[in-house]
Amino acid sequence: MAGAKEVRTKIASIKSTQKITKAMQMVAASKMRRAQERMAASKPYAQKMLEVISHLARATPEYRHSFMAVERSRKRVGYIVVSSDRGLCGGLNSNLFRRLIAEIKEQRALGVDPAFCTIGTKALGFFKRFGGSVLAQATHLGDKPHVEELIGTVRVMLDAFEEKKIDAIYIASNEFVNTMTQKPVIRQLVPLVPGERQSMPLHWDYIYEPDAHTVLDSLLTRYIESLVYQSVVENGACEQAARMVAMKSASDNAGNLISELQLVYNKARQAAITQEISEIVSGAAAV
Amino acid sequence: MATIQVDIVSAEGAIHSGIASMVYASAELGEVGIAPRHTAFISRLRPGDVRVENEKGEQEHFYVSGGVLEVQPMAVTVLADTAIRAHDLDEAAALEAKRRAEDALAGQTAEFEYAKAQSELAEAIAQLRAIEKLRKMRRG
Repeated sequence: MAGAKEVRTKIASIKSTQKITKAMQMVAASKMRRAQERMAASKPYAQKMLEVISHLARATPEYRHSFMAVERSRKRVGYIVVSSDRGLCGGLNSNLFRRLIAEIKEQRALGVDPAFCTIGTKALGFFKRFGGSVLAQATHLGDKPHVEELIGTVRVMLDAFEEKKIDAIYIASNEFVNTMTQKPVIRQLVPLVPGERQSMPLHWDYIYEPDAHTVLDSLLTRYIESLVYQSVVENGACEQAARMVAMKSASDNAGNLISELQLVYNKARQAAITQEISEIVSGAAAV
Repeated sequence: MATIQVDIVSAEGAIHSGIASMVYASAELGEVGIAPRHTAFISRLRPGDVRVENEKGEQEHFYVSGGVLEVQPMAVTVLADTAIRAHDLDEAAALEAKRRAEDALAGQTAEFEYAKAQSELAEAIAQLRAIEKLRKMRRG
């Protein structure tokens, strides 16, 4: 039987761990709410942009930007992998990487070579272990990511696409379904997947300044950046949600462990008392 | 008095939304003033002020570091950038991102060691847990 004192120190240490996990759970809950707000705030920009871009694409059918071009045969594809900077968020990152590995295997079987851009330290660490050509990376975006910090990383990919070093760009990140569920998804970014074409006839057109192509070019780059930004923000919300759930179960487990140990402690204490009494009684009987 | 809907949005959130009688912005080819029922117009913006004048003649200023101005007869939308953009600045950012990747993969920085140590620690803890469970099962 373990000594009562040992059990007591063990209980104390688990209690302090539980305090930490509880605090982390609450912090994650409030951060998640803010991350969700940020997610909603970024939507109107991309929405508006998509409207303008689809209008421009219909208004100038003779001009096809390379991002909107028809698919070319694929030899090498790029993945932008969005992960969290920190751990302790359940299986969030590993689920994403597992999904990615499956995807890469499929692509390799087709003879397609992958290249990567990573966002977040976890993805970088993963590729360091797993191997793979990482073209660019961005880490330590914090709880409030900014578009500026992503420009470089996205740009590397877009440049590689324009130089025909890669033939398509995908983005791998977590989708926020609800607090309990986050789904790893891989979406195609470039060439742009044409949405449902509204067959609305074109009654009017813009006056362009300086000209339609220049405007379209600068819009497309920004649109793709905003999509990446959205994924990063969404992944941030996922991270906090996953951490909240993970920390909640950690606190619950600590609670279970404490009640089990408490029983052990009580038994040990009782045994010690019984032993003492029997010693005294037998001592008295001997006299 | 005729009015026009004005929305200033950036990738990180909405900056302004409201009704105005006049909007001024510095477009690529010069300053433009947009009155209600302006014809459809689209232009890139230079870094500068966007002024929104409401019905009472009060002006509100918003600084944008570039972006795109889209005008339709009843609505003005400013798709604002959150940072100053220029070709060579973007290029520099791209190079920086590349360099970071090379650095991280080549040299073992302190930060990286930390991450590795953390993952090893997690593994060790998991192993200990498994051993503990096995012991319990044997005893039980």
